[in-house]
Amino acid sequence: MSGALLEARGLALAFGGVRAADGVDLEVAPGEILAIIGPNGAGKTTFLNMVTGYLRPQAGSIRFAGREIAGLPPRRIVRLGIARSFQIPQLFAEHRVIENVALHLAARDGFWAPFRPLLSPARRSEALAILDDLELAPLAEARADTLDEGARKLVDIAMALALRPRLLLMDEPTSGVAASEKHAIMDRLVAALRRASVTAVFVEHDMEVVARHADRVAVWSQGRIRAEGPPEAVLADPLVRREVIGVEGAPC
Amino acid sequence: MRRLLPVAAAVGLLLLLAGLQPWLRFVLTIALSTGLAVLGIAMLLRAGQVSFGHALYVAAGAYAVAFARPHTGEGLLLLLLAGLVATGLGLLVGLFVTRYRDIFFGMLNLAFSMVGWSLLEKLYGLTRGTDGIRVARPTLLGFALEGAAWEWALFSAALAAALLAGALVASYLRSPAGEALGAIKTRETRLEFAGISARRVLLQAYVVSATLAGLGGAIGALATLHVTPLLAYWTHSGELVFVAILGGTGNVLGPFLGAVVFELVRVHAAAAFPDAWQMILGLVLLAIVLAAARGLVGLLDDLAVRLGWRG
Repeated sequence: MSGALLEARGLALAFGGVRAADGVDLEVAPGEILAIIGPNGAGKTTFLNMVTGYLRPQAGSIRFAGREIAGLPPRRIVRLGIARSFQIPQLFAEHRVIENVALHLAARDGFWAPFRPLLSPARRSEALAILDDLELAPLAEARADTLDEGARKLVDIAMALALRPRLLLMDEPTSGVAASEKHAIMDRLVAALRRASVTAVFVEHDMEVVARHADRVAVWSQGRIRAEGPPEAVLADPLVRREVIGVEGAPC
Repeated sequence: MRRLLPVAAAVGLLLLLAGLQPWLRFVLTIALSTGLAVLGIAMLLRAGQVSFGHALYVAAGAYAVAFARPHTGEGLLLLLLAGLVATGLGLLVGLFVTRYRDIFFGMLNLAFSMVGWSLLEKLYGLTRGTDGIRVARPTLLGFALEGAAWEWALFSAALAAALLAGALVASYLRSPAGEALGAIKTRETRLEFAGISARRVLLQAYVVSATLAGLGGAIGALATLHVTPLLAYWTHSGELVFVAILGGTGNVLGPFLGAVVFELVRVHAAAAFPDAWQMILGLVLLAIVLAAARGLVGLLDDLAVRLGWRG
């Protein structure tokens, strides 16, 4: 698949004796939404960290839109069009929600203009539109450190979306979100991604979320990809069910 | 318009004080010059960074005036020159110290300022050591002024500089790069993942803070007409941080309010209790930190809300 937006080949990274990545090969096609599943410590977050430049792979290559990005610093990679959200939301706690988003909008242009306010009318309405997409508009004026975990998670994603990325990486977007809200939130999120034709990769532990929202699933285990394919096929695979999901027997 | 009301009130109060008590003109000029330096400290405090060495830039501005005075007689030119010298020095040191945070940032600033202090003290041939350098009174806009006219002119220049600096810094702090200072304090790595260099954000603020300190030092030098290495000494740096916390960093009025209160308390306490004035300053700061963590501006803000002037 030469048309891949993201293409990882033979990625390897060991922390001491722990092989967090042990020959990872993965391709992500433009426009698809790929879920990464796997037990804790399988190297899922390590993969995201390597793609975003936080960790440097010891071997292998990562190509984004045909360009080698392995080893580039996070700032350069972001500017190429890869944004990420975090497992533990990384918000500017003393700023309001709208300012958190506006800072990311400004990061694309006009950041260094010293006398134009952050919340210029144009930026304010653009930030509100992004928040509205995720149904966060009512929280726009709240300070980030007053939000509950679910809202923080979504604001974290809104900040990444404000960078207008071509590829969005999300680390457990629904962990910490109330079970009753998970699907509603993912529905909104996936709709927003498809509208903006953003390609997305997300790490997820909730198999129902994966089955319902991902186009494709990649199963991580001990630093390798053990299986990949459409959710219904992968999640029905007995090996995956036993090793990753931790259940035996017929698919529900 | 509502934002300008407190500024207008402050300016009116200063003019009134300066008019009623002639000797206060000097004190208030010094206070405004201190306020300029503290404004720079307050910018860095937004990023959660405390510099214990900004007296270096105050001294750089003051000595720039002293060294350039024999070559030019125009006060405004001296101020401009002092600003440039402090800016250059701030960029040089800033390129290094903005790689560090927190205690390392504070201590490295202290280290640089102590190097500056010892150079000013030891290079006797150049700086006349602890004796310092006398500065001949310059002209202002070409006018050679004496006595009260000079005092009023310099006070007005300091006030104008404070207003201009306050307006520019207030606008800068609302810009993305200014707001990003607070983001350095709360979640610096996220800035990097937004594609923004946190170091560049801090460096920009650092250089501006050095410029402000240099300008303050230059105005102070023109007011006292004498510069000494003590300007760069670490206790002076500490004093600037002290005033920043006293005034509060919530808005740009804080540093000037803090500086005016600081100088007035110092002058009166020194006159009334010559041996204990530092203790009195200490108690005042203690009271502020315990009772109003947002400083004097925070206190006034709360008061305004309670009186129903502000929502």
